[in-house]
Amino acid sequence: MFYREAGDFKTSYTDDNQTFPIKFDRYRYYVVLAVAFGIIPFLINDYWANAFLLPFLIYSIAAIGLNILTGYCGQVSLGTGGFMAVGAYACYKLMTAFPDVNIFFHVIAAGGVTAIVCTAFGLPSLRIKGFYLAVATLAAQFFLVWLFNKVSWFYNYSASGQINAPERTVFGVPVTGANTEAWATYLFCLVFLAISAIIARNLTRGMQGRKWMAIRDMDIAAEIIGVNPMRAKLSAFAVSGFFIGISGALFFAVYLGAVEVGEVFGIQKSFLVLFMIIIGGLGSIFGSFAGAAFLVLLPVALKLVGVDLLGWPTDIVAHIQLIIVGALIIIFLIAEPHGIAQLWRVAKEKLRLWPFPH
Amino acid sequence: MMLDSTDSYVTEDGRTIGGVVMEMKNITLRFGGVVAIKDISFDIREGEIRAIIGPNGAGKSSMLNVISGFYVPQDGEVLFHGKPRPHMKPYEVAQQGIARTFQNIALFEGMTVLDNVMTGRLNKMNSGLLAQAIWRGKAEQEEIENREKAEKIIDFLEIQHIRKTPVARLPYGLKKRVELARALVSEPSILLLDEPMAGMNVEEKEDMSRFILDVNDEFGTTIALIEHDMGVVMDLSDRVVVMDYGKKIGDGTPSDIRNNQAVIDAYLGVAHD
Ligand SMILES: Nc1ncnc2c1ncn2[C@@H]1O[C@H](COP(=O)(O)OP(=O)(O)OP(=O)(O)O)[C@@H](O)[C@H]1O
Ligand SMILES: [Mg+2]
Repeated sequence: MFYREAGDFKTSYTDDNQTFPIKFDRYRYYVVLAVAFGIIPFLINDYWANAFLLPFLIYSIAAIGLNILTGYCGQVSLGTGGFMAVGAYACYKLMTAFPDVNIFFHVIAAGGVTAIVCTAFGLPSLRIKGFYLAVATLAAQFFLVWLFNKVSWFYNYSASGQINAPERTVFGVPVTGANTEAWATYLFCLVFLAISAIIARNLTRGMQGRKWMAIRDMDIAAEIIGVNPMRAKLSAFAVSGFFIGISGALFFAVYLGAVEVGEVFGIQKSFLVLFMIIIGGLGSIFGSFAGAAFLVLLPVALKLVGVDLLGWPTDIVAHIQLIIVGALIIIFLIAEPHGIAQLWRVAKEKLRLWPFPH
Repeated sequence: MMLDSTDSYVTEDGRTIGGVVMEMKNITLRFGGVVAIKDISFDIREGEIRAIIGPNGAGKSSMLNVISGFYVPQDGEVLFHGKPRPHMKPYEVAQQGIARTFQNIALFEGMTVLDNVMTGRLNKMNSGLLAQAIWRGKAEQEEIENREKAEKIIDFLEIQHIRKTPVARLPYGLKKRVELARALVSEPSILLLDEPMAGMNVEEKEDMSRFILDVNDEFGTTIALIEHDMGVVMDLSDRVVVMDYGKKIGDGTPSDIRNNQAVIDAYLGVAHD
C-alpha cells in the first residue's frame, strides 16, 4: 500500500491547489525530473536519442500546444503541421539573420511568431465551430506549406528549396548542426518541454483554463457568466501556437537539421499530433506526454518485435501499425474520450483506496 | 399603494425594498413571424423578489434573455439604474453584476463542481496571462482569495461533499443547485432565475425556496425568477408579472394577481379571441 491519500489532509487552499496534491504523486514527479535531468543524459546514445527521446520530447510540446486548443478550449485544429512549419521557418530566418544571438532565444521568438500567425488563423473560430473550423484550419495547413515552398525568401533562396540549420551552441556546446552530441540536444529539448509543461499546467489550473473549458463545454453559458468568447478563443490559439511553434523550431533545428516543408510538415503531421492527444487524453497535460510517447514508441516497438524478432517484412509491419493506430483512435473516441490519462486516473483511484475499497 | 420609482418601503416580514433598479420599457421581440414579447413594460425594485409567470410559450424566458443581452428586442429599451442601457453583449451584462441560471441547466459538464463555481468569480479576477503562466505572486494570491469566496457559497448551498465531483455525474437537483452557486458566487446585484425548481420533488423545492429567500435576505440580492409552481410563487415573491402569448396581462402583489380575472382566465385556458 504505497499509494495513499488517506491521512494526507490539506489545511490550506494552496495545498489543495497544487499540481500534485497527493504526496506520493509529488515524490514520483521529483523522481521523474531527477531521472530525466540527472541520469538519462549520462546513459543516452545516438540511437535512443534519435529513435525515441528527441521526437518524444518535441512531439510532447506540440501535443501540449494542440491539447490547449482542442482538449481544453474545444477548437478543433488540423493546422498543426503548418504551424510547426511556421516555427521552423521563423527559427531558421532568425538563426541566419542574427547569428550572434543565442539559439535559445531564437526558439522562444519562433514560438512568439507562431503564436501571432496561429491567432490570425484562429479568427474564423469567432464565427464557425466544429467541422467547419476544422476545414478552415486545414486550409491554413495547405496555405502555409504552399507559402514556404513558393516564396524563396523563406529558405534564403537556397537552390534545393530546403532549410538547413547552421551550427549553434549553448554554453559553448553545439546543439544544432553536424557536430552535436546526443546528451546536449536531449537536454536542450528537455528544458523546453519542462518549461512548456509547467506553463501549460499553471494556465490550465487557473482562471484562464476555466475560461477555455467553459467555452469548450458550453459557449453560450460561458458568455452569459462573463467570458469574452473572442478573447478566450484567440488566447487559446495564441498559447497553442506558441508551444507548437517551439516544437516546430526544435524539430527542424535540433532533431532533423534540414527540412523540406511539404515532406516534414505536411498534413500527416497535423493528424499525428491530433492522434497523440486523442489517444493520450483530451484536456490533460499528462495525456499529451502519454500520447506522444505512445505514438513515437509504437513504430520502434513494432519494428523490434515484428521485423527484428519475428522476421516479418517491413511493409507488413508498417500496415499493422496503421491498423493499430486506427483501431485505437476509434476505441478511444467512442469508449474513452479522455484517453490513456483517464485509464491512468481510474487505475490510481482504485489504488488509492486499495485494499479497502469502502 | 402607489410608489415613485425612487421610493422605498418595508415589507411585512421586515425587508427594505428600494427604488427601481431595472426597467423594461415597451419591449417587443420577434422571431420571424412569431412575436415572443409584445410591448411589455415592467420594473424591478432593489432588493425585491420579482416573479414572472405565465403559461408555456408565454415569452418568459425570452424576457430574461433580453435582460441578459442574449436577445436584442426590435423595439423598446432596458433602463438600468434609470439610464437607457446601450446594446450590450451578454458578457458585458454579466460584468455589470447581473447573473443568471437557465431553464435547461447550462453547467460546464466536463469540469468539477468547484471549477464551475470558481468560473463564476471570473469577473473578480484580473491577473494577466503571463502572471497566471508563472503562478507566483498575484495570480496565486488571487486564486486563493477567490477560492475562499467560492467555498463560502459552496457551504451556503450545502454542496461541500460534491466539491471535486465532475458535474456530469450529478443528479438533476444538485446540478440546479450548483448552477445557482455559480451565479451567486459572482456577488450579483441582480439574479435572474429561470425555473429554478422545475423538475424537482417537494423536498428539493423546499430547499431551493429556502436558499432563494436566504440569498435575498442575507446578501440583499434583487431576484427575478420564473416559476410555474403557483404555491412557490405566492410564497416567495413580492410582486408578480403575468405574461400570456407575449402580452402582459397582470402585474402586482401575489394577492392582486390571485384575484385578477385575466390571469385566472389564462390559467384556466379560456379561449383567446
Ligand atoms: N431562439 C428562438 N427562435 C425562434 N423562436 C423562439 C426563440 N426563442 C423563443 N422563441 C419563441 O418565442 C415564444 C416564447 O418562448 P419562451 O421560451 O420565451 O417561452 P416561456 O414563457 O419561457 O415558455 P416555457 O414556460 O415553456 O419555458 C415561443 O413561441 C417560442 O417558440
Ligand atoms: Mg422558458
